[in-house]
Amino acid sequence: MSRDSKQLRYAETHEWVDVAEENGERIATIGISKFAIEALNDLVYMDLPEVGRKLAIGDEFGEVESVKAVSPLYSPVAGEVVAVHTELPDNLEGLNEDPYEFGWILKVKLDGEPAETLMDHATYEKQCAQAG
Amino acid sequence: MTFRMTPRGNSVPTHPLMTQSSAPASHESSAPNGLSQTPLDQWHRDAGAKMVPFAGYEMPIQYGDGIVAEHQACRNRAALFDVSHMGRLRFDGDGAAEFLDHVLTRRVSDLGVGGVRYSMVCNADGGILDDVLVSHLETPSERRFHLLVVNASNRAKIIQWLTPLLAEFPTVTMSDRTELTAMIAVQGPLAIETCKKLLSFDPARLKNYQARITDQFAKPVIVSRTGYTGEDGLELIVRAEEANRVWENILLAGRDSGFIAAGLGARDTLRMEAGMPLYGHELSETVDPLTVGLKFAVNLADRSFVGDAALRKIKADGPQKTRIGLLPEGKRPAREGSDVLDSNGTKIGTVTSGGPSPTLGVPIAMALVDRERGSDSEYQIDIRGRSVVARPTKLPFYRRPVS
Repeated sequence: MSRDSKQLRYAETHEWVDVAEENGERIATIGISKFAIEALNDLVYMDLPEVGRKLAIGDEFGEVESVKAVSPLYSPVAGEVVAVHTELPDNLEGLNEDPYEFGWILKVKLDGEPAETLMDHATYEKQCAQAG
Repeated sequence: MTFRMTPRGNSVPTHPLMTQSSAPASHESSAPNGLSQTPLDQWHRDAGAKMVPFAGYEMPIQYGDGIVAEHQACRNRAALFDVSHMGRLRFDGDGAAEFLDHVLTRRVSDLGVGGVRYSMVCNADGGILDDVLVSHLETPSERRFHLLVVNASNRAKIIQWLTPLLAEFPTVTMSDRTELTAMIAVQGPLAIETCKKLLSFDPARLKNYQARITDQFAKPVIVSRTGYTGEDGLELIVRAEEANRVWENILLAGRDSGFIAAGLGARDTLRMEAGMPLYGHELSETVDPLTVGLKFAVNLADRSFVGDAALRKIKADGPQKTRIGLLPEGKRPAREGSDVLDSNGTKIGTVTSGGPSPTLGVPIAMALVDRERGSDSEYQIDIRGRSVVARPTKLPFYRRPVS
């Protein structure tokens, strides 16, 4: 099963969110968009949160670094971190190749709804096109 | 996530740096945002460069292949850099060398025609106003002059600094030729060989830190065997209107050898690996050349110049700080501004430049630390709240193989 980027929702700050039912819980899987990864280019480092951490919408949960830039990652949802993709920091090229499947960063057990400001794919694409 | 991308029709051909006549209209254009553009601006945009503001210019930070690919092209083949944002000041008249002697930390009066010297402009306290390259050149009509290449960010400041000092040297004139010319750096192991095909003078005959005026398809060009990457290579200064032709000719000549254009991002990772200081990072008015480990750029023997008394005192007392190279453990790069701590966690310095090294595959950093702690065997760097162990290493981090 490959995650369809068109079915995801996106934050203005380039995180994607996929909400699904898993064992009766609502779980948000979060990553960063292909646009952001391509814009950052040459990723060298990623910092992940710990499992069990409680996140509020907008909390900084980690960061990703390219050769020139440090970019904080912001949570588009509230809830508890239930899983982090620990293989990712050592395989950042995999994030380039497959940002929506292999590139998942963390899973959060939702507490309430994701941020209302999340965009659908078409709206997000429009934002990216404007950002140039 | 938020992006923080921060991070240049006469019988004798004329050249703005080679003629003393009053300047024709500027070829430099200015965008509506108030930033200047180099003569190669459109080329960069057409090539898909990501443009960023830098020292008052819109400059390419990287092209489509990215910083690492551009960095590696320079280390393994050659890369072209538009460094037209650098300031180019020409000095003419009797006493020009004596004037430069008076304002630079190294002697200029003994610099023969064709010589290039790295030097500092210091204030009376020995604080660094800029680090510069001074060249002594001769035109085809046998007119000699000196050229000072200054940092883009310091150009206005240096002109302002030198203008009153020039009053004591009435026969010397200073003219800012930055906007009339373009400057292209061709850097990498294949740079000299490829440029040879394009120039009337074989640049292989230049030693490091030598320069001369020659031509490229009958148009004058200043060729200098200098650079800011740790590789062999050339820096070319041409008339602004020749910039695109020369740039494209070099790219074409180097196409089969894998030459590519590289931006400021790669220029920074390359100079960092080569242990070269950058103004605004390792260098500033609050430090002197001796403190940052650039003793070679200060000549105090039998001469006087602006700042010499202060530098003599610093030399006698010993500098308060020293510049070191660090290898932080792990993959997380330490960036400029991070605190350097001793093994007890006490702050003893600051990272001046840091990032990943594409050649070594690990993070590297330069730091200014208290002098008495300059030989510690282990340090810690506080990277945004987390301490990382860092091992000291000799600068430079990278030295090119001897060919």
